[in-house]
Amino acid sequence: MNDKTFEPTIIGFTCNWCSYRAADTAGTARVKYAPNVRLIRLMCSGRLDPTFVFKAFAGGADGVMVTGCHPGDCHYVEQNYKALRRFILMKRVLVQMGIDPARLKLQWASAAEGVQLAAEINKFVEEVRALGPLHWNLDYQEAVSTPAMEEVTA
Amino acid sequence: MTQRISIDPVTRLEGHGKIEIFLDEKGNVANSYFQIPELRGFERFVVGRPIEEMPLLTNRICGVCPEAHHMAASKAADAVYKVDPPRAAKMLRELLYMAFYCTDHTTHFYALGGPDFVMGPDAPVAERNILGVIHKVGLEIGGKVIQMRKYGHTVVEMLGGRKVHPCSSIPGGMTKGITEEQRKEIEEMGRWAVDFAQFSLKLFNDIVLGNKAYVDLILGDVYTHRTYSMGLVDANNKVNFYDGNVRVTDPNGREFVKYEPKDYMNHIAEHVEPWTYLKFPYLKNVGWKGFEDGMDSGVYMATPLSRLNAADGMATPLAQEEHDRFYKTLGGKPVHQRLATHWARLIELLYAAERWVELVTDPEITSPNVHTKPTDIPTEGIGIVEAPRGTLTHHYWTDERGVVTKANLIVGTTNNYAPIQMSTNKAARSLIKDGVVNEGLLNMVEMAFRAYDPCFGCATHSLPGQMPLEITIRDADGNPFEVLKQFC
Amino acid sequence: MTAKPKFAMYWAASCGGCEIAVLNIHEKILDVDANFDVVFWPVAVDAKYKDVEAMEDGSILLTLFNGGIRNDENEHLAKLLRRKSQILVAFGSCACEGCIPGLANLSPVGDIVHTAFNTLTTDNPHEIYPRASFDVPEGELHIPRLANVLRPLDLVVDVDYYMPGCPPESHQIAAVVDLVVKVVKGEAELPPKGAVIGVGDSTVCDECPRARNVKSITEFKRIQDVAPVDPNLCLLEQGIPCNGPATRSGCNSRCPNAGTQCIGCYGPAEGVLDYGARLIAAFASVIDAKEPEEIERILDGIPDPVGQVYRFNLAGSLLKASAEAWKAK
Ligand code: SF4
Ligand code: SF4
Ligand code: SF4
Ligand code: FES
Repeated sequence: MNDKTFEPTIIGFTCNWCSYRAADTAGTARVKYAPNVRLIRLMCSGRLDPTFVFKAFAGGADGVMVTGCHPGDCHYVEQNYKALRRFILMKRVLVQMGIDPARLKLQWASAAEGVQLAAEINKFVEEVRALGPLHWNLDYQEAVSTPAMEEVTA
Repeated sequence: MTQRISIDPVTRLEGHGKIEIFLDEKGNVANSYFQIPELRGFERFVVGRPIEEMPLLTNRICGVCPEAHHMAASKAADAVYKVDPPRAAKMLRELLYMAFYCTDHTTHFYALGGPDFVMGPDAPVAERNILGVIHKVGLEIGGKVIQMRKYGHTVVEMLGGRKVHPCSSIPGGMTKGITEEQRKEIEEMGRWAVDFAQFSLKLFNDIVLGNKAYVDLILGDVYTHRTYSMGLVDANNKVNFYDGNVRVTDPNGREFVKYEPKDYMNHIAEHVEPWTYLKFPYLKNVGWKGFEDGMDSGVYMATPLSRLNAADGMATPLAQEEHDRFYKTLGGKPVHQRLATHWARLIELLYAAERWVELVTDPEITSPNVHTKPTDIPTEGIGIVEAPRGTLTHHYWTDERGVVTKANLIVGTTNNYAPIQMSTNKAARSLIKDGVVNEGLLNMVEMAFRAYDPCFGCATHSLPGQMPLEITIRDADGNPFEVLKQFC
Repeated sequence: MTAKPKFAMYWAASCGGCEIAVLNIHEKILDVDANFDVVFWPVAVDAKYKDVEAMEDGSILLTLFNGGIRNDENEHLAKLLRRKSQILVAFGSCACEGCIPGLANLSPVGDIVHTAFNTLTTDNPHEIYPRASFDVPEGELHIPRLANVLRPLDLVVDVDYYMPGCPPESHQIAAVVDLVVKVVKGEAELPPKGAVIGVGDSTVCDECPRARNVKSITEFKRIQDVAPVDPNLCLLEQGIPCNGPATRSGCNSRCPNAGTQCIGCYGPAEGVLDYGARLIAAFASVIDAKEPEEIERILDGIPDPVGQVYRFNLAGSLLKASAEAWKAK
């Protein structure tokens, strides 16, 4: 499945202030970023509930990208640091769950950085493409079987 | 033509169990298998978890004796850090443990093993439970049993934070001590427990020992196995539940070995059979010779009876007296008649209650100094306690952060798996003859293992069975050969 | 005699603590006996699987089901009891969300079996493992087949109510028994389907008497390095990762009262979809650091993040099991 035809599904959570505008800027400046990313707008990266991330993975996303204002620029003062702390702890959990932490990315972007953001998105899409499909819960029900002991202890 | 009888699930037993009995052409027992259909995998998934979680996670192996896992895991965690908890902490742990023992042994005697005895194995199913017992010996006794269980749970909750799955024992000691007020309350309950234990022994005396048929049943060959006996003993070779060395006596009653907990792996090994999820521990230095009695077979038992056999006596005066009477009545040490386990259990109940009072009247028990901070780098540790159903061993290896990298658990009931298999087999052989199978006989097969471990803590109020029991015996082609029904 | 409504209780992959908790309601159990006909309860009553199979569908009014679904026998019984019962309650953490045995979902089932049958003391040179069916000289023996992951009850059958806790506290069980008895007598109505019963509607923190002041910590500590804890101060503020903020109330904050952290046995608080996610958010909020390196250092104080945030909930979480566990074969 790791061939070039694999188009990863990526969910992007962007802060309403800087980074969503950055994405917007990219759009108006006709800077192309890969169509694989579905952007979901939050008021602030600090509003990112880890539930959204796990739900995205469980629901079939191959990668999740979170964007927020640069440190010091958050419109809600320090909420993006909270996002950073959540992000780091989430990564540790993902590692233990057997999900490559590279499938989760945190990117700071100011409203003016549309080009840079588009480049980061494209880079992330390629990285996730290289990792291949995650297919989390899509396979789960099928995987819940009772294999023969001969098989599992082989 | 082979016929097969299934008893599934075995009721009034801790966890799941299934007995398959095969008959030969003549209708006699060809063989029987006591199967444990379950594996949850604790030894694998405790790996990667911090050592201080062990007393909490391993509780969930068994909700009937979580206190035993809580203690064994805490002791192993102490050993991992080479930390010695303050005396008060150890006493609090032991006190909690004695309260648990009183509850557990009471439950077992009155609700699980007892009904078979007090009501008789041939009594209708609907009466073979605690309500039947109460009906026969009087309502007042029911109240006492409830009270004993309540007291035990109250103390477990006071010291352990929770009634089921306590949470207060941590590497280095306890999270909290007790106040003088609590101490007084616990002392009062302890004194009541001593009375209750004596009362229970008297009851056993009157109902069981006073009835020749029951005594014959106890002393009969059906329930006899000459195996090794295991138990934890203190420095004076007296029975101890919380701490000490493991002593094993041979079928003739002589000491075979006495080892420190840290050396268990030199003495115990576990045998695997492909038809069950549970392993069969045996004495490594005797060897696995199959499901056999005798000096040459490494099979041992770890039960109230074996603990009395393996020790020189009891560390408290009233229990010591009962111990002496027990062996005098049954013809000296060791006793191999497995049904005598019920009597031994009551002697242990008395010991636990007396020890409860001893601990709670120690002036140091209210000391606020209940924890020693570990300072050593964690490495490896072994903790052993005597669980009601057998010697319980927890062994952990950790990395330098104290995260578990490997675990080995030899759980109470497991010790007795081989003898249980032997006893059920022997009981089936002697009680099912020439194709004559009736429900009372099947219950006697179940009785064989209840003597070891019927532990399901189903309490004083186990409810009357109101369902007809149905057993299908099938021929080799799977066709029903005979269907037995008993309506109650 | 008018027929009393029928009651059943069953344990699947369970430790039995839930049963003990039910029996610990002491005198109240007599209410169960007085108001119900106990038709199946392996721990207490001599009745076998066949008896249940013979019952009419829907003939049991209330079944309390504890334990997770670890093997095909558990699954069969879950389906059987679902069919026979009008009201099926996922009782206890195991049935609600997988509980501690759900941590097995981090490893492939083959690993679990390998580990169990190759421990230090296991004598197994020929690598013998249990077989679902095995020929002994007298015939064929069967034991259940292990599933490759453990599932909570509602991933296998439709569940009417949830009663969390490991085990549920006895006073909560007693309250539920009271309610059901009232319903049977027509004096009360059942809660809406899917409700979580016998619990509070906030978090353990809300019930906890410990004082909360500053909400910033610079180090996570292990209980053995802190004990004895300050008896009045929030444990999280003392650096101990306490799961109270994400955990449903109902136990009266037992563990913090006993001087130790809440480990989360009552499961996700009302409205929380994923317990671990909520806890990640809660822990991240109290960490007092802005630099990635500093945050990493503080988080090193939690050596087992998954075990910490999904101790009781892994099998019922959004992710349910590690990739290794269910993608193994
Ligand atoms: S929820 Fe807890 S008490 Fe109940 S069966 Fe599971 S482990 Fe045991
Ligand atoms: S975090 Fe723990 S100690 Fe602090 S208030 Fe909540 S439950 Fe209590
Ligand atoms: S404090 Fe937490 S772990 Fe302790 S009983 Fe309550 S919910 Fe369970
Ligand atoms: S407003 Fe952009 S991260 Fe907070």
